[in-house]
Amino acid sequence: MTRTSTWQQILDPSHRADPYPLYTELRKTPVVRVEDGTYVVSTYREIVSLLHDPRLSSDARNLPEVGADVAAQYEEGLPGLPPNFIRTDPPEHDRLRRLLTRNFGPPHRPERIDGMMSDLLGIVTRLIDDFTGEDGSGTVRVDIVDDFAYPFPVTVICELLGVPREDEPRFQVMSGAVIETADPTTGGIVERQRRRAKAVADLGQYFAQLLDARHGRRGDDLLSGLLSGDSDEAPMSREEILSNAALLLVAGHETTVNLVTNGMLTLLRHPEVLDRLRRGDEPDLAAHVVEELLRYEPPVQFLSSGRNTLDDIEIAGTTIPKGSPVALVLASGSRDPGFVTDPDRFDPDREHNEHLGFGGGIHYCFGAPLARPETQIALTQLAHRLKNPRLVADPPPYRTSPSLRGPRHLLIEIDGVDPA
Amino acid sequence: MKVVVDLTRCQGYAQCAFAAPDVFVIQGDEALLYDTEPDDAQREKIVRAAAACPVQAIFLDRDDTRDDTRIQEPAPETHVAAPGPGEAFKRTGRIVIVGASLAGLRAGRTLRQEGFTGSLTVIGDEPHAPYDRPPLSKQVLMGQVPARRTGLPRRDELDAHWRFGVAATGLDLSGKQVLLADGEKVEFDRLLIATGVRARPWPNEAEAALDGLFALRTPEDAEGLRQRLAAGPGRVLVIGAGFTGCEVASACRELDLRVTVLERGPAPLAGALGAVIGGVAAQMQRDNGVDLRCGVRVESLEGDDSGRLRRARLSDGSTLDVEVAVAALGSIRNVEWLEGSGLAAGAWGVACDAGCRAVDVNGLVTDDVFVAGDVARCPHPVYDYQYLALEHWGNAVAQAGIAAHNMISTQSERWPHLALPEFWSTQFGTEIKSVGVPTHADHVVIAQGSVAERRFVAVYGYRGRITAAVAFNQAKWLEFYAGLIDRAAPFPPSFRTVDRPTDGHPVAAEVPERPTPQATVVVTGHGPSERRATLVRRTYL
Repeated sequence: MTRTSTWQQILDPSHRADPYPLYTELRKTPVVRVEDGTYVVSTYREIVSLLHDPRLSSDARNLPEVGADVAAQYEEGLPGLPPNFIRTDPPEHDRLRRLLTRNFGPPHRPERIDGMMSDLLGIVTRLIDDFTGEDGSGTVRVDIVDDFAYPFPVTVICELLGVPREDEPRFQVMSGAVIETADPTTGGIVERQRRRAKAVADLGQYFAQLLDARHGRRGDDLLSGLLSGDSDEAPMSREEILSNAALLLVAGHETTVNLVTNGMLTLLRHPEVLDRLRRGDEPDLAAHVVEELLRYEPPVQFLSSGRNTLDDIEIAGTTIPKGSPVALVLASGSRDPGFVTDPDRFDPDREHNEHLGFGGGIHYCFGAPLARPETQIALTQLAHRLKNPRLVADPPPYRTSPSLRGPRHLLIEIDGVDPA
Repeated sequence: MKVVVDLTRCQGYAQCAFAAPDVFVIQGDEALLYDTEPDDAQREKIVRAAAACPVQAIFLDRDDTRDDTRIQEPAPETHVAAPGPGEAFKRTGRIVIVGASLAGLRAGRTLRQEGFTGSLTVIGDEPHAPYDRPPLSKQVLMGQVPARRTGLPRRDELDAHWRFGVAATGLDLSGKQVLLADGEKVEFDRLLIATGVRARPWPNEAEAALDGLFALRTPEDAEGLRQRLAAGPGRVLVIGAGFTGCEVASACRELDLRVTVLERGPAPLAGALGAVIGGVAAQMQRDNGVDLRCGVRVESLEGDDSGRLRRARLSDGSTLDVEVAVAALGSIRNVEWLEGSGLAAGAWGVACDAGCRAVDVNGLVTDDVFVAGDVARCPHPVYDYQYLALEHWGNAVAQAGIAAHNMISTQSERWPHLALPEFWSTQFGTEIKSVGVPTHADHVVIAQGSVAERRFVAVYGYRGRITAAVAFNQAKWLEFYAGLIDRAAPFPPSFRTVDRPTDGHPVAAEVPERPTPQATVVVTGHGPSERRATLVRRTYL
């Protein structure tokens, strides 16, 4: 087995259920150049180092072939939307993220997420109530994905952004198209960038209609906040708002679904932890379960979209030449035995869990402060209320994406639901 | 419950402030201020905040089910063999730590974590259990945290004999005894000196006694000053614009008090960061409404008949009417108790080797006496083997850990203290972080970001290699520059990065010429077996 073929196998959907042995293989060469010219980095220290390395750009337009194509598209009159903040570098990145944070968290709205806790619990409670009939008894089959882990974060992100929940069928298709472009097996980097620009533009179009339909009415949602410009710096342009709103909608419901689902699957595979969570006598447990999940079964397996080197970077004995695309395999780094003891064991009691589940550096996951309580509440409530939950199939069927990895369905059987 | 955040590790991700917004507060982009002893009702949120910290920098007290072993270095590979003399010492030895603050506490914990089961005595001259000082010039002055509620988490588990409120007054090296102010003698097999520093007092004794003049080092200092600030004085005078002075000025502005800062040097923070970056700090102060006057000294302080501070006469001939003044004049190392002990202890601190073993007056390394924290001065290979005395929180933690490890290790298992110096300061909603030694520099260049927006990384160089980096609100990049210092990378950095300023040319760093503290030593004797040094004059001030 050659090294390059290890990466191909990781990308191959047939290995989606358990890529971890392949990561072990991959880590034998911490930095490896794969077929499409991407440098794949798989060890903890090297990933952390690159996450903090200012020679690594997140703006794909710095790649010569992408930059040329963007210019060509512009010539063709198809400039599309400006890149969202995770695909930009400072100072642009810092400005956009600061404006987004203004309506999301500290320093300006520190209580916002904390204030959502009872709403989150309410949504989770209703979804679990609906698993069974009125009396909550009888053996039923539930799809944790379609019946729970997908609708929950979608409802939350819609409320937060100010998007009508009933539009979900519309934007789900567009969002799926965006997600697909993150999968390296679906095409070359330039082709995927083009496809992505089109998909984002569609989603942006949806948001444009949404804004127009509001006729300037403002609420407490993020979109309203972005428009209002109550800041000491200029608000985002309309195009920037459309681009970043599209990102938040996609990220807000394509990632948490996998974290929650991976979490339930992992708990069902580790019944002793599920039992502890069900007993409820360890108030700190849920937080540590979620952090360990982010290490052990993270929803984002690797970061690849557009990261590239602005200069030669020498790392782990390899020189990544200037202008190379770089993929950081977070899920592999978090299981690197060079940094984590007993990495393949799911252990919520692990001390000092400095995982890479949400990345690191300036692009650290924007939605992390929301995804954490969402998952803590979701898993705690599932553990508390489901009677005798058991897997129907193990492994479950997976989505195709190797980077945003999670089950497509997670069928379980339960003997009823306890009241909330 | 008690909370302490290792702000050397913190990179301003703000995850704690999302999870427990009543306890952790972010100012500006990434400056974190937190409640050091929050209500137990917040416990669940605080535990979530600590779990969520991406760099695991939040530590809670023993009620928490989690431990913070991360401060501890990975245990050395131990070979299972017949217990040697080292093993016997680990089981039944007697260790005395003089100094019951951050370094002393950390050392004690490391000793226990690494399996020391012998007797442990910790001696501290203050009446308090170990407490954390950084909040005293920030949260405490702003009235967010009571001065006596900055206790460091978890001391009970140490199984130590604590002697609070009694100072060590002497050291008998040959008799292996520490002498205490109450006349007691405490015997030791191994000793750790961690007596730290104290605030440099106002030099004129009569003026120093004026009511309204404060130093800032202890909880008593902070409480007294806080009360005066809370009473809303017409103006506060801060004398000295080092980190403490700047943070006091920041707290005053936070409280909407008028504040004048006098700095006899060219700029605030110039002593630590050089006058170029000090100039940025100066602009930051002025933008925040501080009346900053550089190149000016206080000639005298004047009081009224009841001994209350009323006026300051300045070296530029002007006067200022003030009721409250803070003398932020730097520090003095607590070494008087070591006079005559035979150790190389003086105004410069207590010299030790990179393994924290104390050096005696002849320059010989001792075997059983170790030094850590603010009072220690040890050679750093990265800085031309110069002896560095570092009054940094992170250094106290790291050096105490190394010292403790070495105290219970055999020669071949001992570690050198080679951590790069790091420190931070939170002022005017800006997080200033430094790695390396910015004063070990001839040039400085803005490598990333914007000085005008006060989010930038400045890189310092000495004779063509990178020796330090200072970030204003850009903490997430700093570990990259630490790596460059470790690798002795060439200065100025020539590679392309994100956010590279267009006008990034190196300029002279303008770091202060610092005279080496004078030690007067007389050497006597002729042959190699006779030559001995003696310290003949104390120069503590």
